[in-house]
Amino acid sequence: MAQQHKAIALISGGLDSMLAVRVLQEQGIEVEGINFYTGFCVEGHTHAIRNQDKEKEKRNNALWVAEQLGIKLHIVDVIQDYKEVLLNPKHGYGANMNPCLDCKIFMVNKAVEWVKENHEDGFDFIITGEVIGQRPMSQRKKTMPIVAAESGADDILLRPLCAKNLPATKPELEGWVDRKKLFDFSGRGRKPQMALAAKYGFTDYASPAGGCCFLTDKNYSDKLVDLWKGRGSRDYEMDDIMLLKVGRHLRPKGDYKLIIARDAGESQYLEGYRKQYMSIQAVSHNGPLALIDGDITPEDHEHAASIVARYGQGRDADEVEMTFTVPGQPVQNLHITPLSMEQVLEDWHV
Amino acid sequence: MSRHELDARRMLCPMPVIKTQNKVKGLSVGDILDVVCTDPGALSDIPAWARIHGHEVIETAEKEGEIIITVAVKS
Ligand code: SF4
Repeated sequence: MAQQHKAIALISGGLDSMLAVRVLQEQGIEVEGINFYTGFCVEGHTHAIRNQDKEKEKRNNALWVAEQLGIKLHIVDVIQDYKEVLLNPKHGYGANMNPCLDCKIFMVNKAVEWVKENHEDGFDFIITGEVIGQRPMSQRKKTMPIVAAESGADDILLRPLCAKNLPATKPELEGWVDRKKLFDFSGRGRKPQMALAAKYGFTDYASPAGGCCFLTDKNYSDKLVDLWKGRGSRDYEMDDIMLLKVGRHLRPKGDYKLIIARDAGESQYLEGYRKQYMSIQAVSHNGPLALIDGDITPEDHEHAASIVARYGQGRDADEVEMTFTVPGQPVQNLHITPLSMEQVLEDWHV
Repeated sequence: MSRHELDARRMLCPMPVIKTQNKVKGLSVGDILDVVCTDPGALSDIPAWARIHGHEVIETAEKEGEIIITVAVKS
């Protein structure tokens, strides 16, 4: 009997990697999936913090895809190592803060390393759902060999959906995979993928619009750049990237920023950060919890509280009682007049 | 056979899944793991992860804003 070959597939949770796996499963290749968590990934329930999203289906698309395909999925936390990719991408950024080409190289390289570390499982090659021309930055004919070379995967990196447009890789040359049964998809169109999905009976798959992570989102990228500017250094911790997904962000002064919950769900989420961050909340009226990121001088406490009060039920009251809490210190009670709509300046909104 | 607890409070998915996966690697068949978390997303993700890897979620409970997902290690 021919030896069974085994591939590890980069699973993003989107349709393309799902199809790539099924194409190889059809050829009798045993596949397991790997998914890298950078901290910026968009999952089905990333927004579930907000009340309005509570009813939306909560699922992690990568896990869902793996279950549909009947494969194991290994999720790897690459948050720390990913920093270098995001902060200093050799090949630059895409339309926003997305360093897609470096990111692809990084992930394929991580898969190579992972395979080395898990050698006893005997993976022979790596597959991705990349399609030439699908993404303006990372998935171009010119960049495909760059990913293969710079990741160290070289000829064991196979892209089943566009393999026929690329030089044959080891799995094809060795006959582990029949190149004739691979595809030649190219371009931004999704029709061939959708037709193949229909053939395999895949419905209900996720189709992220811009890309697989928040870094392709303009608002998110703006907030990230603002964070670096506010701190005077380009760095971030996990809490920072989580908090960029939550609340309304206002920067009334260069040194500090307010993160104001937009509903009870977000207030509850921000509660968990009160031991680390200064916080403001109304006590005489219902209102959102707000965190302060950065340095605020005592003279600015009232001003910050009057901004936060604007977003609570006391917005039209003459006076609102607010608490200003600095972790580890006694709570300060402030009596302030909420700012009017006009006084909350447009340029403060990050 | 032993029982273990994993603190995944305040972590957002998929971190509770990653922590569960890494913890289970060091456990043996028959062991029980109680994952304590606060992200409701874990209620769908940890069972999905368990199904894929051949483990079993034997109980889920919610109390005082905390979710406890009990996984039986099967493979
Ligand atoms: S969209 Fe995000 S995760 Fe996807 S390749 Fe680009 S930077 Fe990487």
